[in-house]
Amino acid sequence: MTQDILDIVEFDDEGFMINASDWTKEIGEAIAEALEVELTDRHWHVIDFARTDFEESGEPPTLRRITKQTGVDMKEIYQLFPDGPAKLAANIAGLKKPTGCI
Amino acid sequence: MAKPSRALHKSSGTNGNRKLALIASKGSLDMAYPPLILANAARMSGIDVEMFFTFWGLDMITKKKMKNLNVATVGNPNMHPWFHIPTLLGALPGMSAAASWMMRGEIKKLGFPRVPEFIEQLIDAGANVYGCKMSMDMMKLTEADLVDGAIVLGAMEFMDLTEGAQIVFV
Repeated sequence: MTQDILDIVEFDDEGFMINASDWTKEIGEAIAEALEVELTDRHWHVIDFARTDFEESGEPPTLRRITKQTGVDMKEIYQLFPDGPAKLAANIAGLKKPTGCI
Repeated sequence: MAKPSRALHKSSGTNGNRKLALIASKGSLDMAYPPLILANAARMSGIDVEMFFTFWGLDMITKKKMKNLNVATVGNPNMHPWFHIPTLLGALPGMSAAASWMMRGEIKKLGFPRVPEFIEQLIDAGANVYGCKMSMDMMKLTEADLVDGAIVLGAMEFMDLTEGAQIVFV
């Protein structure tokens, strides 16, 4: 079922969505499943912030910005999104790959 | 075009479990940041990080010193472009403090944390932080003098821990 959703979404070579505006919560859930991330309210708190911040700035938030603005601290964010929190969060949120080095 | 997958998120080369070993040997403000930024970038990419602080690098994880790292204004050819001072003037009292103050301002503008906060952030991010035992003996320091979470380690033990890792010396 979730595979079907991903079939109709456009991704770049690294698996990031090409059009952030095509994103829906269902797509977010399907991407999370593909990335082996089990979503909780805390994940959604981060993902919602990333989407809002992207709408304002046009860039996916850096990890430091996420921790400063959401109240999810550094330890927790690495537990929520192991193996690269800023990239995983942006990926699930339907944003492009973040480039900030902090 | 590629569908999202876990495999695409691993900067782990071909054999997985990529590990970065960083040796920080300098304690000046300008030389403190490169290993910190690299360590952070590695953790953000899911790469394991082992950091060994030796000689003047120990200042970066010593509670009493980490807040007040300075940039040298004499014998430092890299002051250009935002704070260029001729070597002779650089020797004047207060010059190093002024340059350090300016550099901290520039770092803040970029949104980078100060050194103590950066170290704390790295430990929270899962980087392992070690103080070099020999350097600590030389400087009469104990583990209590180091930032919380740092561990005292000998160079040979560090070698054991970093087998197969990519090593960066700063």
